[in-house]
Amino acid sequence: MNKKSVNLFLNAPYVVWAVLFIIVPLIFVAYYAFTTADGVFTFSNIATFFTSDTYMTVFWRSMLYAFWATAISLIIGYPFAYCMTKLGAPGQRMMMLLVMLPMLMNLIVRTYSWQQILERNGLINTLFSSLGLPAVQFLGNGAVIVFGMVYNYLPFMILPIYSVMSKLDNSLIEASNDLGCNVFGTMRRIIFPMSLPGILSGITMVFVPCVSTFYISRQFSDGNIKMIGDIIEDKFYRSSVPDYNIGATISLVLMVIILISLAIANKFSDDGVESGGVII
Amino acid sequence: MKKTICAIIAAALIISLFCMTGFGSSNTEVSELRGQYSKEFAGTTLNIFNWGEYISDGAEGSLDVIGAFEKLTGIKVNYTTYESNEAMYAKLKSGSVAYDIIIPSDYMIHRMQRENMLLEVDTSKISNYDLIDKKYMSAYYDEQNKYSVPYNVGMVGLIYNTKMVQEKPTGWDVMWDERYKGQILNFDNSRDAFAIAQFLLGIDVNTTNKADWDAAAAKLMEQNPLLQGRVMDEVFNKMESGNAAIAPYYAGDYLTMADVNPDLDFIFPKEGTNIFVDAMCIPKSSQNYEAALMFINFMLEPEVALANAEFICYATPNTAVIEHEDYSLKGNPFLYPENADEIKTEYYYDLDDETRTYFESLWEKVIVN
Repeated sequence: MNKKSVNLFLNAPYVVWAVLFIIVPLIFVAYYAFTTADGVFTFSNIATFFTSDTYMTVFWRSMLYAFWATAISLIIGYPFAYCMTKLGAPGQRMMMLLVMLPMLMNLIVRTYSWQQILERNGLINTLFSSLGLPAVQFLGNGAVIVFGMVYNYLPFMILPIYSVMSKLDNSLIEASNDLGCNVFGTMRRIIFPMSLPGILSGITMVFVPCVSTFYISRQFSDGNIKMIGDIIEDKFYRSSVPDYNIGATISLVLMVIILISLAIANKFSDDGVESGGVII
Repeated sequence: MKKTICAIIAAALIISLFCMTGFGSSNTEVSELRGQYSKEFAGTTLNIFNWGEYISDGAEGSLDVIGAFEKLTGIKVNYTTYESNEAMYAKLKSGSVAYDIIIPSDYMIHRMQRENMLLEVDTSKISNYDLIDKKYMSAYYDEQNKYSVPYNVGMVGLIYNTKMVQEKPTGWDVMWDERYKGQILNFDNSRDAFAIAQFLLGIDVNTTNKADWDAAAAKLMEQNPLLQGRVMDEVFNKMESGNAAIAPYYAGDYLTMADVNPDLDFIFPKEGTNIFVDAMCIPKSSQNYEAALMFINFMLEPEVALANAEFICYATPNTAVIEHEDYSLKGNPFLYPENADEIKTEYYYDLDDETRTYFESLWEKVIVN
């Protein structure tokens, strides 16, 4: 067996997997998105989506929440990842464990627990009332949904940035200092550009699940604030007139937007440095 | 030393495992049977598709109905559940599944029957059929009683927390009361939510007039700023913990909630409310028709029906249970109200595609804004 056929042999399981569970479902999504209920080819689903006030409201709401969640994750995650790299090896391992630990629990359990904590009669409000403070309505607004997203997806921001930063050559920073650059300049000219691939992959890894989330929004707003993921679920599963075609169309639009954001991220990271972070 | 500890831990684990299975063995004994059950279909499989939590399953010492049926007949039951009539319908319609028993609600039976998705139920082979209260027979969805055998009856009502709501409400209008802003829940389900607005506005819940649906949608929009949320099963947690003050839900489920939170009370709103019947049917895809009949008969057995009625807490159409002296919910005012004739109730009818599409699009606007 030559090298090529060995490669082919080793790749076969993954190729079969990818075709069955990625390519074929994608074809189904595209098929439903571009056909009517009777199976006739049409662009009308796409048109319906982009001209409907209802869908556009939900769509931009999802984009906005995902944007804020990503921005906040970056603001919190970047300095955290940087500080992590400054710790000794045991410290780094410890911090890594702390970042990963919540992720060992299921997202649904985590979100549900937070809902109970933030409820009207939840843990925090019980504490407030015992201190004589008035109860606060935490749930049911956009801010708390963004909070839920940040809480759940922050590790996806920290980890890629950390992995890039920990490989950063310290002699470059020393050189920058030796050549008279101040801390701020070193940050701006050396550390930030070098960590850009990590940042970009962190952004995509947070933005993508945020924009398509539905469980977090439902629990934190008691079903009052619908996101695009909720609408897709409704279309397939909950409506008394299930509409696979529109449901598939919304999914497709979402996928295209995610692909575009990935492409942009890739492009920027190519311009920065050659060796990239993890881009999914 | 280490080895000894390991051995002890392993032994302890194995023993505890045995203990657990010991405690877990459920009650599958039915002492008295009215009908005849043979082992004729032993070894065959019966596919049952039911609502979640909608059968006595042996929890907390209750009767394990499925287990008892398997033991009695030797039939292997393959039991799966669904969350809504629509989900069940979609699955059957896709044609990729075969079930022998389904338990849809009235309007869905009507639709499936018209779409020729159901088999006739041969009631001559169901000896317990005479136990069903005539009141629930010949309903609009199955006038000849050909396709369905009633399993449960329920009514929607208004649940409220007496500590949080000042005066006892009488109708749906309390769900639009500014004083309870942020403490009101509504159904996260288009038809049920619309129905509340329709009862309040005095519109027929089965209307096909678009202007009527527009009016109901406008009424729901008006409620949006007052709502804490739209929920289905989450309502238990919300009402039990006092996190919400007012919610519409099913009378049977109110009893479950009131067990946890005695501050809760329940009314049948004066404007009227929805009544429903869930009934056992045999879909066209059935592969084990005779065994399905046997199962329906078994479900009507007084002892089995009693166990189910106690477990589910919905009103039963089974007269043997209603009169049974061990029935803890016998004469319960919320399940079997004395003034039942004074309560205005409406069945949902299966609406035509155009109306459904129309109100679903209105519903989207209501929930998004």
